[in-house]
Amino acid sequence: MQAHERITAAIAAATKSGRPALVPFITAGYPKPADFIYTLKAIAAVGDVVELGIPFSDPMADGMTIQRSSFEALRQGVSLKWIFDQLDSASGEIDAPLVMMSYLNPLLAFGYDKLADRALAAGVCGFIVPDLPFEESAELRAALEAKGLGLIQLVTPATPETRLQTLCDASRGFVYAVTITGITGGGAGLPADLAQYLDRVARLSSLPVCAGFGIRAREDVAAVGKHAAGAIVGSALVEVLERGDDPQPYLRSLIGQ
Amino acid sequence: MSALLQADEASALLAAAIRGELPDERGRFGPFGGRYVPETLVPAFERLEEGVREHLHDASFQAEFRKELHEWVGRPTALTFAPRLSEIWGADVWLKREDLAHTGAHKINNAIGQAILAKRLGARRIIAETGAGQHGVASAAACARVGLPCSVYMGAVDMERQAPNVDRMLRLGAEVVAVESGDKTLRAAIDEALRTWVTDPEGIYYLLGSAVGAHPYPYLVRELQSVIGEEARQQMIDLAGGLPDVAFACVGGGSNAIGLFYPMLGDDIELIGVEAGGTGNGLGQNAATLATGTPGVLQGSYTIILQDDDGQVQETHSISAGLDYSGVGPEHALLQATGRVKYISATDDEALEALEELCASEGILTALETSHAFAAAKKYAKEHPGKRILIGNSGRGDKDMPTLTKYPARTRSHAGA
Ligand SMILES: Cc1ncc(COP(=O)(O)O)c(C=O)c1O
Repeated sequence: MQAHERITAAIAAATKSGRPALVPFITAGYPKPADFIYTLKAIAAVGDVVELGIPFSDPMADGMTIQRSSFEALRQGVSLKWIFDQLDSASGEIDAPLVMMSYLNPLLAFGYDKLADRALAAGVCGFIVPDLPFEESAELRAALEAKGLGLIQLVTPATPETRLQTLCDASRGFVYAVTITGITGGGAGLPADLAQYLDRVARLSSLPVCAGFGIRAREDVAAVGKHAAGAIVGSALVEVLERGDDPQPYLRSLIGQ
Repeated sequence: MSALLQADEASALLAAAIRGELPDERGRFGPFGGRYVPETLVPAFERLEEGVREHLHDASFQAEFRKELHEWVGRPTALTFAPRLSEIWGADVWLKREDLAHTGAHKINNAIGQAILAKRLGARRIIAETGAGQHGVASAAACARVGLPCSVYMGAVDMERQAPNVDRMLRLGAEVVAVESGDKTLRAAIDEALRTWVTDPEGIYYLLGSAVGAHPYPYLVRELQSVIGEEARQQMIDLAGGLPDVAFACVGGGSNAIGLFYPMLGDDIELIGVEAGGTGNGLGQNAATLATGTPGVLQGSYTIILQDDDGQVQETHSISAGLDYSGVGPEHALLQATGRVKYISATDDEALEALEELCASEGILTALETSHAFAAAKKYAKEHPGKRILIGNSGRGDKDMPTLTKYPARTRSHAGA
């Protein structure tokens, strides 16, 4: 099985057990770098796929919570290299497939070929790059696919139909359906026409669709779960960690466990 | 940085630039440029690109734009001979007076052009970022002129050092949004404007203030600012007796510099861009992006940026808010890589000194940004006596009074002599 197929399989397993897949997001090394692997293991024990945020100096698609976590992790010295070293040290101890969410520049600076090698070795199965539109993605996609890693495409409510098809076809692992026209961490709730939008994406995609942005509570996961295979929970989980609370009860509560 | 391109590739790209063929259809200036934006904004950028293609060189747009430049902005701006400076420097010094444009800087050329475009594209409101506040003031004025609401994003640090401009924006009817995140300067303001645009990509028009960002902005801003170089070129022929030997412009994002240089790329004129040398050569002490940066992606464009080994964008320092930026327009990255334009820097102190000298000798209070170009031109004049020098005087310095009052005016001691 190629690495990106592990992501799809993990989501399919949740579907088979009759619940939406849960994809928790954390900013790597936040709030404390020393707790990174401990926190990751705790989250991976509940989540079906785990999304790891790579901190960046200019998180232009992120709201206050993820900005704050990103700046603080950087201040404490977290880097992509450090994250890979940490993941290597925990190799074999984390079952859930990992997906890295990174802005493009840290990946460019790291070098695409080295990135793919180290990601594969560290149990990373795919990448989400919020400032890399499909048109600019050929080079990174090729480097990742050479190692069986997936580049996960985002689609949004603003994406026109023809483009939606292109993006669904290009995606690997799953299709990331952004729920709102906005940035992460929005507190305005999910849009009224979410169901139609998610159904539309699901119709065009042969991969499972996971919905993210603005998902905070059990009702959100349930609402999204009726029309998508999985729910991505970012800012709300980061806030739980920020408060020093145990993430497991929170994550379990989202899927009614 | 010329190692980025092979020699034959560099000369082919420069020839293409001179023929007006760049950016290419992918928004590239050779390797630089492109469009690295969140998926939510992709349709908005496609609409903008389509709108630019349809309107920018359309006769009715051009007629309205030229009329506004003439009747409202006050163009053409003067070309001024600087006799005392010429004598002191041992050169023939000419100033292209963008400080005389409405609202006091070149920024208005771009702002009114894009505001007219936004209106034609059916925008409901306009957002803009600003560093020195000049683009914010220009946007506020242009939005009032075309009748669209305007919100300006400005770093909290910049709001303090450019306080007079904050008040001007408010009086011109704009909302000013203080940006407290990141480095609280221009870069953070752009990030925040992009975040806002993502919330309403159909209703909002983002009026970007420099030749930076994702395609088509670097192209759009260059086309709107090229009026500077077109006028200056003709004025030099008419008034100075010929083209200059060398032209200087300060470079923040690079809009006044590309506006001055672009129409002269094919001429036998040495072109020199001047960045902010800040307080020294260390990372974080300056904003000399082209002189010390490396290629990377920042805010939508593959260009030269100030970053660490991990690809984290570095904070900058400059006494001038308008040059205090970790990136630079992608076309400048190409012009440097081809060797056509040379990019150097001037320090905070050199800029302050140049500002005083210009004030005392020619009665022109120039902007702190612009002062960097004067500082570099002065050095050049000392090393190359007798040259005909053109300086892009990008803006006036009234906005800098809160900063300037912290430095005692050295020239005042001449008053009784
Ligand atoms: C007077 C003046 N000159 C120059 C600049 C730098 O911008 P750019 O490099 O885009 O011309 C600014 C920016 O605020 C400015 O106000």
